[in-house]
Amino acid sequence: MNSIILLSALGLGNLFLGFRRSNRLLLPVMMLILGLVLTVNFLDWNQGPQSFFSGMLTIDNFSVAFTGIVLLTALVLVPFSQKYVLDGEANLAEYYSLLLFSMVGAIMLVSYNHLLMLFLGIEILSVAMYVLAGSDKRNMRSNEAALKYFLMGAFFTGILLFGMALVYGATGTFELSSISFAAQNPVNASLRPMLYIGMLLMLLGMAFKVGAAPFHFWTPDVYEGTPTFFTAFMSTVVKVAGFAAWLKLLVQAFPAASAQGVWLPTLTAMCVLTLLVGNVGAVAQTSVKRMLAYSSISHAGYLLIALVAFNGALEGATANGIMFYMLAYSVATVTAFAVLKLVADARHREDYAGFNGLAKTNPLLAFCLTLSMLSLAGIPLTGGFFGKFFVFMSAVENGYIGLVVFAVVMSMVSIYYYLRPIIAMYMRDADDADSAVPVPVTTFQSGALLVLALLTVLLGVLPGLIAGVL
Amino acid sequence: MLTVLLLLWPVTAALLLHFFKGKAARVAALGAALLEFALALYAAGFSGANLARGGDISPKFEFNFSWIASAGINFHVGMDGLSLLLVLLTTLLVPIILLAAFRRNFANESVFYALVLFMQTGLIGVFTAQDAFLFYFMWEVALIPIYFLAGVWGGAERARITFKFFLYTIIGSLFMLAGFVYLYFQTGPTVDGLSAHNASLSAFYNLNLPAETQLWVFWLIFAAFAVKMPIFPFHTWQPDTYTDAPAPATMLLAGIMLKMGIYGCMRWLLPVVPLGVDYWQNLVLILAIIGILYGAIIAIRQPDMKRLIAYSSLSHVGLMIAGVFSLTQLGMQGASIQMLAHGINVVGLFFIADAIERRTGTRNIADLGGLTRQAPVLTVCFLVLLLGTVALPLTNGFVGEFLLLAGVYQYNAWLGAVAGLTIILSSVYLLRMFQRVMLGPDSTHSATFTDLTGAELAVLVPLILLVFLLGLFPNMFLHLSEGSVLGILGEVAKR
Repeated sequence: MNSIILLSALGLGNLFLGFRRSNRLLLPVMMLILGLVLTVNFLDWNQGPQSFFSGMLTIDNFSVAFTGIVLLTALVLVPFSQKYVLDGEANLAEYYSLLLFSMVGAIMLVSYNHLLMLFLGIEILSVAMYVLAGSDKRNMRSNEAALKYFLMGAFFTGILLFGMALVYGATGTFELSSISFAAQNPVNASLRPMLYIGMLLMLLGMAFKVGAAPFHFWTPDVYEGTPTFFTAFMSTVVKVAGFAAWLKLLVQAFPAASAQGVWLPTLTAMCVLTLLVGNVGAVAQTSVKRMLAYSSISHAGYLLIALVAFNGALEGATANGIMFYMLAYSVATVTAFAVLKLVADARHREDYAGFNGLAKTNPLLAFCLTLSMLSLAGIPLTGGFFGKFFVFMSAVENGYIGLVVFAVVMSMVSIYYYLRPIIAMYMRDADDADSAVPVPVTTFQSGALLVLALLTVLLGVLPGLIAGVL
Repeated sequence: MLTVLLLLWPVTAALLLHFFKGKAARVAALGAALLEFALALYAAGFSGANLARGGDISPKFEFNFSWIASAGINFHVGMDGLSLLLVLLTTLLVPIILLAAFRRNFANESVFYALVLFMQTGLIGVFTAQDAFLFYFMWEVALIPIYFLAGVWGGAERARITFKFFLYTIIGSLFMLAGFVYLYFQTGPTVDGLSAHNASLSAFYNLNLPAETQLWVFWLIFAAFAVKMPIFPFHTWQPDTYTDAPAPATMLLAGIMLKMGIYGCMRWLLPVVPLGVDYWQNLVLILAIIGILYGAIIAIRQPDMKRLIAYSSLSHVGLMIAGVFSLTQLGMQGASIQMLAHGINVVGLFFIADAIERRTGTRNIADLGGLTRQAPVLTVCFLVLLLGTVALPLTNGFVGEFLLLAGVYQYNAWLGAVAGLTIILSSVYLLRMFQRVMLGPDSTHSATFTDLTGAELAVLVPLILLVFLLGLFPNMFLHLSEGSVLGILGEVAKR
């Protein structure tokens, strides 16, 4: 709760900094804010569930852990906005404040206990993202991305809201545990179809927000058009919060066997489709940014396995698996987008060939991107391996062997496209004079990259550190 | 604790190597590798004395640390005789391979040497792991550096070839991981009761799965080993990769990495799914023997020296696999000592092929000839290693191949007879290569050819001494692995 208040207040304060002519203070202040909120967030660790706003928000270990991932991701991502500072971007204070506000939405999503809060969280998160997607005002692609994201987003928010209304109609409550109770002990059994339709509509809305197939079609275009810095935020923070919210919805509102009978097949089908679309789609891409967009779809697929296989409360092996996966995925994705941004800013291209010879000109960038690609592919020594390992293990334990086999086959496919940047960087030479010069990287950004690399390896070598905390 | 030191020292040294540049990096890397070898020798001396007295065969220098407590996965390492033999092989060959790399001025030298040392950690991890998931983890840790060694410093086709190699091996090992996950869920809880399952070697040995389950679990686990060794028909990545990789990477691949597969079969396959092995034994033996003949026949027709040695390696590995799957003490012991002998010989042969290529700019046998007059020392070294490979008595190859063939013969006389062709065939292609390259009519290169330099001799002399050491005193090494082999056969016999 403290983190919500702090983020809102400091975000507002941050806006005032924008009145100054100089941008120099903004980045350090932003990092300070994030560091402070991150620390404050963990003060709630192991304090037991605390309720706020008449029980509409619950802060427990689950929400603290996921809030931690969101804030940490933002903290390690922010250094890569340094170019905005150096270029004297006029609206930087607004961007930063929008990011802070969107994280308020994300925290609400990981700790809601009431559908109203779910809706508010999604809207707070999304509206900020709509604006940031179009922040490169003079670029047509960015405008297109914002418009697409906004139109689609508004449409699916409508569907989500419609679903909530139907659920409310069937159960008479917005509170998760009461919905669960009402669904198991219906006053009027004839309302059951209405409940299920509402539930399914809500699932569709959530599927859109996390980019799961068949509601993924906006992802590649929006990701590509959005300025890379904000794409990174979109594919990590939005996804982490969205999945945590989805998980809470399924586990706390619809755990009943009869409800599971409806959402389980739907989710399983979505999972298979998402894995297929994400991985096969990524193979065909020539732009690294679009590949990363499809890669984020495919990771939504792996996380859906965890949702399908989930049983029980928001603790234990499966919850830990999802949390670990989210952390490893966020770290790797931030690294990938950060390197992409640095390279694309210098070389003005986002295709694989733009990375040719990077190992010679910028060994550090090449090394960090390699670690990130290996982590996303799930190769040992990186956090991504244990993320997949835990998720797949819990799925096998709960009997979803077929699904896991399919996911493993899909990860074999993914090795193909994750190796392509590595091959370009280490085994090919730059194809034009522009690409033979080193990409400018500040010491500050190098430091941030090293921290990211260290995190990836740490998660990959000592997973026991956080594998059992929930 | 010594095992942990053996594991951590190379990777630490690899990280420290970042602070050295150019020639200093070579020396530092070599120093680190030699120190590692000294550690391994100490361990061998300690255990060897113990084993010679008929002491117990359980793993020594054990270290057990709860790695992922919630899942019952432990960082459990230790060395019994067989592990120790392979740790010795690894720690012995790595300094020699580093020394062999000295003559070449690789770009980014410190990174190159750091990757070799990093790989050593993975290899030692594979040979000492006592937990299935740690074994898998180390298995992949060994793959990543060799991918970059072959991919960054390799020949013109490196991107395509190393990609194929990476994909083949990783898909193979994913099958193994799937097998381990299945077995893991069949095990009981950990000692402390924190987790419902555990993945320790001993838990896997005591599973006693029904026969029909073992039939398919066998292939899951065997897939990884089959690709790594490689056994026919999973070998198609091997000749290209061996040929295109830079010489030190080829030596690592052929000298040490393929032993991971054979060791894996002995430790993680035979005792875990004995009934599966019982059922598929004939098929694997036949594939292994096809591999022997296939590799040998292609080697006879091979115009490229490096490729010829690659195919000869395929052929010799086939015999080792056959020995292991004969499930006899002779065959297993033969495989153990042959792993050592083959590592020494193949590293030496690749080194000589590389030395000749560096002087003449070609590996093509037809372009060479009459080199012996200018290079008598090289000729002698070449001949010794070659005779070791064709298993002449008194050389290291003889002991291994003799035991291997005896083991296969014991299992089935006909298979033994066919496998025995390997000795004839290998002398055909190796002596033919020697004759065409070193003897024969003078070629354009023979006048300008130069003999071995001191640095090159420093690589070859230890190898040649070892050829004779193993050939004359094989018992030193056979003692080391005997207890482990008997233990494995005992587990297999419990079926």
